[in-house]
Amino acid sequence: MPIKSEPVEVNIGPQHPSTHGVFRMVARIDGERVTDVKMVVGYLHRSMEKLAEERTYTQNIPFTDRMDYLAAMTGNLGYCLSVEKLAGIDVPERAQYLRTMFSELQRVASHCMATGAFINDCGAWQTPVMYTFRDREKVLDLFEMTCGARITTNYMRIGGVAFDIPDEFLPALDWLVNDDLPARFEELENLIVGNEIILMRSRDVGVVTPEMAINASLSGPMLRSAGIAWDIRKADPYCVYDRMNFEIPVGYNGDSYDRMVIRIEEMKQSLRIIRQCMAELPDGPHKVDVPLALRPPAGEAYSRVESPKGELGFYVVSDGGPAPYRWHVRAPSLINLSVLPQMTIGQSIADAIVTLGSIDINVGEVDR
Amino acid sequence: MTGALLTIITDNWWDIRDLSNLSGAIRDLVSDAGGPGWLVYVVAGLLGAAGIVTFVGVTAIINIWIERRVVGRMQSRLGPNRPGPVGLLQPLADAIKLMQKEVLQPKLADALVFTAAPIAFTVPGIAVLAVVPWGRNMTLASLDAGIVFIFAMSSLAALAVFIGGYGSNNKYALFGSMRVIAMLVTYEIPIVMSLLGIAMFAGTMNLDGIVRFQEDHWLFLIMLQPLAFVIYFMSSSAELNRTPADLAEAESEIAGGYHVEYSGMKFGLYYAAELINCVTVSAIIATLFLGGWWAYKLDEIVPGWMIYIGKVYAVYFLFIWTRGTLPRFRIDQLLAFAWKWMTPMALVNVLMVAAEVLIWEETGWSAGVLLPIYVVLNNALALALIVAWVRVFAPRFERFPDRPRFYSTIDVPSLPAVAPVQPGTQSQ
Repeated sequence: MPIKSEPVEVNIGPQHPSTHGVFRMVARIDGERVTDVKMVVGYLHRSMEKLAEERTYTQNIPFTDRMDYLAAMTGNLGYCLSVEKLAGIDVPERAQYLRTMFSELQRVASHCMATGAFINDCGAWQTPVMYTFRDREKVLDLFEMTCGARITTNYMRIGGVAFDIPDEFLPALDWLVNDDLPARFEELENLIVGNEIILMRSRDVGVVTPEMAINASLSGPMLRSAGIAWDIRKADPYCVYDRMNFEIPVGYNGDSYDRMVIRIEEMKQSLRIIRQCMAELPDGPHKVDVPLALRPPAGEAYSRVESPKGELGFYVVSDGGPAPYRWHVRAPSLINLSVLPQMTIGQSIADAIVTLGSIDINVGEVDR
Repeated sequence: MTGALLTIITDNWWDIRDLSNLSGAIRDLVSDAGGPGWLVYVVAGLLGAAGIVTFVGVTAIINIWIERRVVGRMQSRLGPNRPGPVGLLQPLADAIKLMQKEVLQPKLADALVFTAAPIAFTVPGIAVLAVVPWGRNMTLASLDAGIVFIFAMSSLAALAVFIGGYGSNNKYALFGSMRVIAMLVTYEIPIVMSLLGIAMFAGTMNLDGIVRFQEDHWLFLIMLQPLAFVIYFMSSSAELNRTPADLAEAESEIAGGYHVEYSGMKFGLYYAAELINCVTVSAIIATLFLGGWWAYKLDEIVPGWMIYIGKVYAVYFLFIWTRGTLPRFRIDQLLAFAWKWMTPMALVNVLMVAAEVLIWEETGWSAGVLLPIYVVLNNALALALIVAWVRVFAPRFERFPDRPRFYSTIDVPSLPAVAPVQPGTQSQ
C-alpha cells in the first residue's frame, strides 16, 4: 500500500542555523524529500552598487570588504584592479607580490571557514569548525599585524597596498606557512577526508554536471568539482600569478564531497604560492601615490579575480568624474547559488542543507 | 527520637561503604518507635527515592559543566571558565538565565501536551535508576523483571519527545517527532536483542542478579558480550538523540527539532532530562556490562556506590566523546544501519549465546573452564563481524576516487551543446 503524504512548505531561513547568514530557502517537502525549492534573497541587500555612485573611487574600497566579509582581501583586490585598469595606473612590484600573498592568505582563511561550516552542516557538533577557526585565527592575526583589521581589512589601495608589512611579519608567516598550517591540514585530512560518515553524507549529494556548471556560469570550487580545470589565476593572470607555480585541483563527480576536498587541496596550493612570494618578495615602494579624488578618464573596465568563492568581477564605468558612473559586481556566491534548486530537488532535507553548505555562499556577497 | 537519630549518625557516620546501613537504621528506628509495618516500607521507599532524586539533580547540574568542559577540550577551546572556580558555577548561571526567560507557547499548540511532554521526558530516566543496584544491598526496587522495566521506560522517553514535537504545532518539530518514532521503532529491536544475551547468560532479568553473576564468575559481562556492548552503545546513542544519531534535534537541519518551540524552564527541563537520560543509559551499561558496584577486590576497599558512579561517568565520557567527534547520519542511513547491520548482528549474538548456554547446561562443565573459552570465542566473533562489516559490507566509493586530479594549465573539456533550460524546471 503506498503511503500517502501531504507535501508541506518549510521555510529554511532566514533565521536558521545552516543558511550561512540570512538566506531563505522555501522548500516544499514530501516526507523527508525535497520536491521544490524557491530561493529568496535580498535580506542583506545594502544597495552598495548604487551607493558607490556617490562616493569617490577610494571611498568605495570598504564596500568590497563588506560584500564577501570572509574574503575581504580578494574583494579589495578585484576592485582596485578594475580602477587601476580604468585609470591606467601601474602598481609597483612589491605591492604586486604583497597583493598575491594576502589574497592567498585570505583564500586559506575563507576555505578554512567553508570546510568547517560544511562539516558542521553534516552534523559534526562544532568540533571541525572550531579546529578550522583556530587555523583561520592565525591568518587573521597576520592581517591584524599588517593593517590593524582582521575581517574588514580595507588593505588594498588603488595603486598598491595601504601599508608595508612590519618586520615581524615575515618570520610569523614563515612559521605559519612552513610549520603550522601543513601539519594542521594533515590533521584535518586525517580526521575528515576519510571519515565514513562524511563520505556517506556528502558523496553523490548535490551533484553538479559539467553541462550544468557551464550553463549556469559557475566558478570556483563549484566549477572545478565538476571536472573542469578553470581558474582565473591561470586563465587570466593578475598580479604575479603568471610567475607562480601551482596546480588546479579538480574533482571527478561534482558532488559536495569533491568540493570539500578541492578546498582543502586549494589551501595547500595557496601555501605553495605564499612560499614562492616570500622567496621572491622584492624591495621597493609598496604603493604609488594616487590622488584621493581620482578622476579616471571616461570609459569602462572589467577586471576579475579568483576569489575563494569563484570568479569575482568588478565592472566600473567612469564619466570622468570623481565617482564611478556605474559599478557592478559579478558576485560568485549569487551565481553559484543559482543552481541550488537543480542540485537539491529530489534529495532529502538533510542533503539539501549539506548541498547549501558545500556551495559556500556568503550572503553579504549574494545580496550586496 | 532525636537522641536515636544522633546515635545513628554518630555510630555509623564513618560507614559509607553501604548507605543501606543508614536507611536500615532509620527503618529500625521507625519500627522500634512502634510504627506500623507499612510505614516502615513507605519510609524506606521515600528515603531511597529521595536519594535517587538528589543524585539525579546533582548529576544534571554537574553534567552540564562536565559536558561543556570536556567538549570544549575536544574542540580546542576552554569551555566555560568565568563563573566561579574553573567555571563550576556555570550550570547555576544557566539555570538562572533559563528561569528568567519567558516561557512562550505557540498559540495553536496543544497546551496540555506541550506542557506535559518535558515532564514525561524527565520521569522515565529517573525511574530506571530505581532498579539499578547502587551497591551491595542498595537497590530501591529489586525487580525480577528489571531489564523489561528498563525497556519499557526507555521507550517512554521517546514517546514524550514525540508528543512534545507533535503538540507544538511546528513543522520542524514535526520532522523531529517523526524521526524519533522512526528511530524508536528501529532501535528498540537491537536494544532488546543485545540485552537478551545478558539475561540468558545470567539466567535472570534482575539487575542485582546480573551483578551477582558477574561477581560470582569473576568477570565483567563486557568480556563475555562485547558485540552486545557495541550494539547497545550505538543503539542507545540513537535513542538518546546524541551524535552521530541526533537526528531528532539536528541543529543544522531542522533547527532543534522537537524542542524548537520550547523556551525558558520547559526547554531547561528537556536539556536537563537529556543529560539525565544519558546518565541513566550509562548506569545501565555500567550495571550490565561493567559489573555494577563490583570491581574485583576493589569494592572491599572503596565503597561500592563510589565504584559504580565512577563507572557510570566512564561510560558517560564515551558518550561525550562520540558527541564531540562524529558527524551525523542521514535518517535513511541510520535506519539502514540498524536493520542491515545491528539487528542481524544482535541475532547472531543471541544464537551464539544460546548455543553456549546450552553447552554449559548440558555438559555441566564448570564455569571456570567454559567461561574463559567463551570470552575468547565471543571476542573473536565480535572482532570478526566488525572487521567483516568494515571490509566487505561497508558502503564503497571506489567508483569515486577520493583524490582530485591536478592541472597546471587551464583545461576545459569540450562539451556537447547544452540544451536550453526548459521553463518550469527552474523555480522562480
